[in-house]
Amino acid sequence: MGSIRAKLLPPALAIAFAVLLCAVTLLFSGSSPLEALGAMVGSLGRGTTAVDVVNTATSYYIVALAAALGFQMNLLNIGIEGQYRLAACVAAIVGGAVTLPFGLGVVVTMLAAAATGAAWVGIAALLKVYRGVSEVISTIMLNALSFGVIAYLISSDMFGELRGNNIGTPYLPESNRVPGFSFGSSGTVFGMVLVAAALGVGYWVLMNRTRFGFELRASGKSPTAAAAGGVNAKKMILVTLLISGAVAGLAGLPELLGRDHTFSLNFPAGYGFTGLAVALLGRNNPVGIAFGALLWAFLDKSRLALDNVGVPSEIVTIMQGSIVLSVVVAYELVRRVELRAEQRRVGGQNPPGSGEPRPVSAGGAV
Amino acid sequence: MRRPRGAALAIALTGVLAVVGCAKDGGGTSTSGEGAGGEGAAGCQLADPPPAPDEVEVSTPETADVDGSELRVGLAYDIGGRGDASFNDAAAAGLDRAEEEFGLGDVRELTAEANESEDAKVSRLRQLADEGFSPIIGVGFAYADAFETVAADYPDTDFALVDAAVEDADNITPLLFAEHEGSFLAGVAAAYKSDNCHVGFVGGVETPLIQKFEAGFLEGARAAAPDIQIENTYLTPAGDITGFQDPAKGNEATRAQIDAGADVVYHAAGASGKGVFEAAKAGDALAIGVDSDQYNQETVAESKDVIITSMLKRVDVAVFNYLAAVAEDDLTDFPEVFDLSVDGVDYSTSGGMVDDIADVLDGYKAQIIAGDIEVPSSPTG
Repeated sequence: MGSIRAKLLPPALAIAFAVLLCAVTLLFSGSSPLEALGAMVGSLGRGTTAVDVVNTATSYYIVALAAALGFQMNLLNIGIEGQYRLAACVAAIVGGAVTLPFGLGVVVTMLAAAATGAAWVGIAALLKVYRGVSEVISTIMLNALSFGVIAYLISSDMFGELRGNNIGTPYLPESNRVPGFSFGSSGTVFGMVLVAAALGVGYWVLMNRTRFGFELRASGKSPTAAAAGGVNAKKMILVTLLISGAVAGLAGLPELLGRDHTFSLNFPAGYGFTGLAVALLGRNNPVGIAFGALLWAFLDKSRLALDNVGVPSEIVTIMQGSIVLSVVVAYELVRRVELRAEQRRVGGQNPPGSGEPRPVSAGGAV
Repeated sequence: MRRPRGAALAIALTGVLAVVGCAKDGGGTSTSGEGAGGEGAAGCQLADPPPAPDEVEVSTPETADVDGSELRVGLAYDIGGRGDASFNDAAAAGLDRAEEEFGLGDVRELTAEANESEDAKVSRLRQLADEGFSPIIGVGFAYADAFETVAADYPDTDFALVDAAVEDADNITPLLFAEHEGSFLAGVAAAYKSDNCHVGFVGGVETPLIQKFEAGFLEGARAAAPDIQIENTYLTPAGDITGFQDPAKGNEATRAQIDAGADVVYHAAGASGKGVFEAAKAGDALAIGVDSDQYNQETVAESKDVIITSMLKRVDVAVFNYLAAVAEDDLTDFPEVFDLSVDGVDYSTSGGMVDDIADVLDGYKAQIIAGDIEVPSSPTG
């Protein structure tokens, strides 16, 4: 199962299938698939699109890491959406209020964001551990609640200020902004890209080189076996969700610290759900997630180019949906093919279809 | 509030019948403000209406010899784009009228995605500017920051932005509206048409923009009937834009207002307004539409008979006037705010249900234009 082919073939198949499906859809709707593809790829070379893709992928990467942390032990943190937005809001308020030398303000802002994300998911974690409330339900509800809390926080009675028809937190002082890598007229890559990369490395080390990571993966594969092995299930759930929330809390910061410098009504939404899809696409692997995030960001940005040449940009949504769906199917197909090949090698001693049901995160049926 | 339903129903029905009666026999100028409001028993104790003007002075640009064939117009819509039966469609209508009346060289229309981030807006505008489109019109205040960024890089391109002003940018023309002035007239109409002397406002999202509608409505209703009771509901707090897209919430909020006694409800809630109209119809109340002439809107056609008027926010007028001014290369006389005096906001008369109080409305309108009444743009409590 560990072969390169088994790792790369499924996503390649899935993307090829999705492209094919979209090409057919485009033909039916009377547009030229080649023109659409040309516009999508061509847009990378124009304006700031390439840099925008990297920047957006930075946020996608962080939310996907947060999702993957949960996936690894079969926890579905649907609440990333609320966690990252609320965390960004609190970070904007904190960052707008403190001025510290030597970039300490940035550190404080990031800590505020991580703490907010962790605290917000902490509600769901406590409910799950002590009351057995499904984290799926509670985090979805917390998403809805976060809208209200954010609206309250950025109202002009609290921390927000009125700017024309918009409301937002005060702009961050210069010292609390994170400078980027400028490519002249092609845009500026967020400095937070480095933080995202560090998080990816940290994620890999945590999962593969620490006892905690081992226990986490063991709990995900078989909670009963892990419990028998002396793993404290409650503690694992609590800690995993808190880490997931803390990571999610950082996801809004690339744009906040690198470009917008304020949390306003225009702050983007929806990254949390994108993160779930990207983690699925990247198979919870830090490198895989990076590619998934870049692909997803590229598809999102290509909407603009498609709209510009008159191709309905909804085609991108179709492509994203079919990629996720077919990636799940493709992994399962390749797994079976590999399994059969292995059985043939061994001499058909293993009964077919052995093995426990696969977790959702690894491509099993929902 | 359940028990007196029959009575309330009877009163409301009588009200509707009276209105219909008025509309039918009100052919000439005989039905004036006194006729509609004088009988204080059922309705409000009304303030003395201002004198009806002979004719309201509204200035519109002369476009007979304007030639727009040189213009390459880029239009960046907000979420929903052309076909949203609201805000974006109004901008599109202005574009279409310009195309019809003085021809446009080339038109490119792009649409925002829901929840998109700032760089997407910037890229959309850059695409247009790079390809030489000028003027470029943005629909919605969400474009404000993106306009500021892009306009600085393209100093020779003309930009216009609906609903937001950008300071220190010479090439951005703001297209602002006096929503509070139009809403004032909606408040007056509500007060005159209310049998319980009790009206309601349903706002979509509690943003500064929608508060302008609220402020004008409250002021207008109180100006016409100082003792009036007003219900006030926002569907969602600021930051949660779903309040503009949730007819179920609009329905629920309106039902609650009707249960509390309101019988004319004004909404500024975008697509949620559909629910407001349905609740008004079900509760035998009346409703006032917003932005476009909702009496003629297909999406709410089933409840059109409760829509007595709509507060018109003429984005189409602003877009059209702006294109005409750019075609003539003369923005010197361009209005800073599209208010009642330039037809930027107005009330609709489709359905004929406010014909009987048209004199009153026009009287207030004339007073606002003349500056005798100043309408506050944020709620005063």
